[in-house]
Amino acid sequence: MTDCLNTDLLDDPLGDDRLNTDLLDNSISVENPVERFLRSDRMPHIWCPGCGIGTTVNSFARALIESKIDLGSLALVSGIGCTGRVAGYVKLDSFHTTHGRAIPFATGLKLANPKLNVVVYSGDGDLSAIGGNHLIHAARRNIDLKVICVNNLIYAMTGGQTAPTTPDHSTTSTNPYGVFEPSFNLPHLVEAAGAVYVARWTTFHVRQLARSISEAFKKKGFSFIEVISPCPTLYQRRNKMGDALDAMKFYKEKSKIRHGAPTSEVGMTMTGEIIVGKFVDRERPDYQTMMKAQYTESLGERFVEPTEMVCS
Amino acid sequence: MAKGRVSIVVERCKACGFCVEFCPSHVLALSSTFNSKGYHPPHAVHPEKCSGCDLCGMYCPDFAICATKTDAPKKADPAKEGDK
Ligand SMILES: Cc1ncc(C[n+]2csc(CCOP(=O)(O)OP(=O)(O)O)c2C)c(N)n1
Ligand code: SF4
Ligand code: SF4
Ligand code: SF4
Ligand SMILES: [Mg+2]
Repeated sequence: MTDCLNTDLLDDPLGDDRLNTDLLDNSISVENPVERFLRSDRMPHIWCPGCGIGTTVNSFARALIESKIDLGSLALVSGIGCTGRVAGYVKLDSFHTTHGRAIPFATGLKLANPKLNVVVYSGDGDLSAIGGNHLIHAARRNIDLKVICVNNLIYAMTGGQTAPTTPDHSTTSTNPYGVFEPSFNLPHLVEAAGAVYVARWTTFHVRQLARSISEAFKKKGFSFIEVISPCPTLYQRRNKMGDALDAMKFYKEKSKIRHGAPTSEVGMTMTGEIIVGKFVDRERPDYQTMMKAQYTESLGERFVEPTEMVCS
Repeated sequence: MAKGRVSIVVERCKACGFCVEFCPSHVLALSSTFNSKGYHPPHAVHPEKCSGCDLCGMYCPDFAICATKTDAPKKADPAKEGDK
């Protein structure tokens, strides 16, 4: 168990501000709630200091605990990117697929085994650029997937190229003179395409994010949660936006909670306010319900529901 | 007495400062000590103020810190005594 302050390796050349070790009373052990969902042997992870992806994982873990999800019926699917690494760090049935194909992979899982709770955990580039077509069609079909999109406004893993989400006027490795193309407003896109649950938070809103993920687990249909997240290394540095803590303070200062805000009004700019909250929560039959209804109507008795496929 | 207890896995910390900044009770500060990767992990400068809210744990991107509520000492439960 990794519960204690490990002081063996500590060196204190400055002598002031020493680690306060009076607290080391190991009779009280503190177990981090996220730990049981992690592959601890892979820690420390590769994410940069202050990268927001790890923070989103904390909220995800709290949501799993709160919603009492049976981990045996849970699958997590990621694409490629820094965010895609989540699949490799969680101790769940997880799949690190190819770039942009997390949603089709997750769709296949859900169709083959409708009882699964399928979570897609991936980056803004993966989900809305190369995977953009899959995103809109999964929303249109209302496939019962819980999509957590970590939006760091950039293709981080590959060196900070402009993504469809990169705000106007920011500088990236592929737009050294500034981005001039309009960016996607993801909540608006997925609402228009048909998602039944749409929310946006930032990594500052850890508790609200956990609550939204729990709510999405209760929905049947395509749920999309966008999390605005710091990438100090490849987005902020080039834009002189400081470090990750500066991003967190920026989110705190600039975020406005507006539940039910029309998604057409929640587009983001580089330095403007960030509208967060639950924007959409509606009911619509999901893909498998519609499929069953259609086949039952057309085929009557001849329609046999596929049995659950279990890999052994 | 402190209502909570915070614990830090020093070797995982990358000194982002989130826990220090967002602890509502100002319990934490980055120390001057280095871990083996050269980061300054936080320590509790006001442990007595910790509420055990675990916000530090929710913010920490490196899963390096967490806290728990320390329950007030309870009277022994006779029904459970036998299990010990
Ligand atoms: C087919 C294919 N094209 C391009 C790439 C290179 N590539 C890897 S990750 C990535 C972008 C990732 O951006 P995002 O999904 O936003 O993830 P982040 O790293 O920002 O978390 C790209 C273009 C690839 N791996 N496969
Ligand atoms: S490059 Fe950006 S997104 Fe990737 S790990 Fe570093 S901070 Fe996180
Ligand atoms: S548990 Fe709460 S009060 Fe205690 S150190 Fe963490 S954030 Fe501060
Ligand atoms: S939030 Fe975690 S990584 Fe950041 S300074 Fe605190 S303990 Fe270290
Ligand atoms: Mg990205």
